[in-house]
Amino acid sequence: MKGKQLLNDLQKRPGRYLGENTMKGIFVACALLSIITTAGIVLVLVFDAADFFRNVSILEFLTRTRWSPTIKPTEFGVLPLISGTLTFTFCTALIALPVGLLAAIFLSEYAGDRVRGFIKPALEVLAGIPTVVYGYFALVYITPLLRKILPGISTFNVLSASIVVAIMIIPTVASISEDAMRAVPNSLRLAGYGLGVTKFQVSTTIVLPAALSGIISSFILGISRAIGETMAVTIAAGNLSRIVNPLKPAEAFLEPIQTMTAAMVEIGTSDVTGDSVAYKSLFAIGLTLFLLTLVLNIISQFIKARYREKYE
Amino acid sequence: MIGYTRRNVRTEMTRKAVLEAAGDNILLEKTKGHIFTGLCVAATLFGIVSLAALLVYVFRDAVGWLDWQFVTSTPSRFAEKAGVYPMIVGSTFVVALVAVFSLPLGVGAAVWLEEYARDNWMKRIIEMNIANLAGVPSIVYGLLGLGFFVSTLGLPHGIVLVGAFTLTLRVLPIVIVSSQEAIRAVPVSHRHASLGLGTTQWQMIRTVVLPESIPGIMTGTILALANAMGETAPLIMIGAATSIFTAPRGIFSSFSALPLQIYAWSDFPKQEFQHGVTPAAIIVLLIILLSMNGMAIYIRHRFRTKKS
Repeated sequence: MKGKQLLNDLQKRPGRYLGENTMKGIFVACALLSIITTAGIVLVLVFDAADFFRNVSILEFLTRTRWSPTIKPTEFGVLPLISGTLTFTFCTALIALPVGLLAAIFLSEYAGDRVRGFIKPALEVLAGIPTVVYGYFALVYITPLLRKILPGISTFNVLSASIVVAIMIIPTVASISEDAMRAVPNSLRLAGYGLGVTKFQVSTTIVLPAALSGIISSFILGISRAIGETMAVTIAAGNLSRIVNPLKPAEAFLEPIQTMTAAMVEIGTSDVTGDSVAYKSLFAIGLTLFLLTLVLNIISQFIKARYREKYE
Repeated sequence: MIGYTRRNVRTEMTRKAVLEAAGDNILLEKTKGHIFTGLCVAATLFGIVSLAALLVYVFRDAVGWLDWQFVTSTPSRFAEKAGVYPMIVGSTFVVALVAVFSLPLGVGAAVWLEEYARDNWMKRIIEMNIANLAGVPSIVYGLLGLGFFVSTLGLPHGIVLVGAFTLTLRVLPIVIVSSQEAIRAVPVSHRHASLGLGTTQWQMIRTVVLPESIPGIMTGTILALANAMGETAPLIMIGAATSIFTAPRGIFSSFSALPLQIYAWSDFPKQEFQHGVTPAAIIVLLIILLSMNGMAIYIRHRFRTKKS
């Protein structure tokens, strides 16, 4: 009985336990802030986009073929912007994904510890340069360089923006793919060597298929980064909204476009007021962009978790 | 079922590889291997070499423009008089506030996830949510800032406080994840030792877990702040000026940041801006980022050697 009394007294020491619970409450609140942030993003986007759709019908938004939010006659067809984003993303993926994958194979299969210790931080630097700087590089250095090979290229074009954004995304693709490849147990490689195949064949026919889920997830993440990329495309790919004809690659990649993100920057830097339709259209594009990248990120996480090869 | 078929595919592939190797000329296989190795090396170096070349270009262009006058003057139509002083102050001010906001919030969330939360649905949802937030494009955070802090709370457009709030939300996921890693690296035995001495959980966290994980937390946070320092799109969305002539005096002043000024100058067609003033501003930004990264590496290195 006395022991129990003592325990009760100890547990009821007010100052100490009040502090305990207060601190725990503060920590929970911090963790919940992330949920509140997500809720905030969704609410802001949905409410303001709903406001926009009261002025412009969803059907009009999704089917009209001209985007002209500020210059009269105004028209809010999102198709040219989606077309621009897809063209840019496709071109970027075409460069970043194979290069990132080959870099991952090199780091995981060929490089020794010393070389890797040197290359990996250098690759990280690529992702640390601000995108606005990459945009300047594309416009001022890369486009004039490309003009020597492709004389018809416009000052603002998809290709140079894609090259710099690819450089920026390579570390993401390479490091996630490399992690997946390094997780493949050595016994599989040794089994291949035991059968007499070359290192090239071990890398491409054994390690690559075994790490496929991680590689695909890195690809999706890279694509999602390219879709959300803003400043480099705004500066280097121009602000000309048009529906791209994929059958004419020269016209598609060497001419200016406008992506969803660049269209948002254009409205953001113009002097539209808070109650205009153009201002509200920001949130409609934002919602489209948010949903698109969210779905891609979730697919990427799902593939990584669901199809992960488990080796004992 | 899936596992079975997948394994089959793999043995099938391996067998194919073996048959090919046996049938083909060994020299041909060797050549193929060399070409592939060459491709891999080229791919690895592609980005690094390109960036190095671009940095050489930008340094060459900035020479002669980047001087004391440049970092102490305000922007100007005349290239010789132009400078980035208000932007340096604006960027530093905003990022300092981001540090003040994001460090306690991020570490608090990480402490809860690592020290308090049980392994249940709530923890899983929060962790999944943080991973997704890290993947949301930065411009969407700009819309959140615009829609919430400006339109809903009624704060003015483009002031330091709104910029700091917006960027704080942007970098929080990175701060949380890196703090979690730092906290996880503290050995469980140290926690047991503390609890064994009769401390409460919060006393244990305050006296053992946090002091031991602070270097890791600082490293991750500084890298996140370097990220915030380079952000442009969210600041444009909350209405920050792309160029400004006075440095902000308080949290309610309008401000501009270095990346915004680089954006504004990047489409000035004049030669002395395109190949002089803008590269100089880029070098200033890169030097700031480089010193932040250097600081992070120094902290990580210093405390690692101390421990052993």
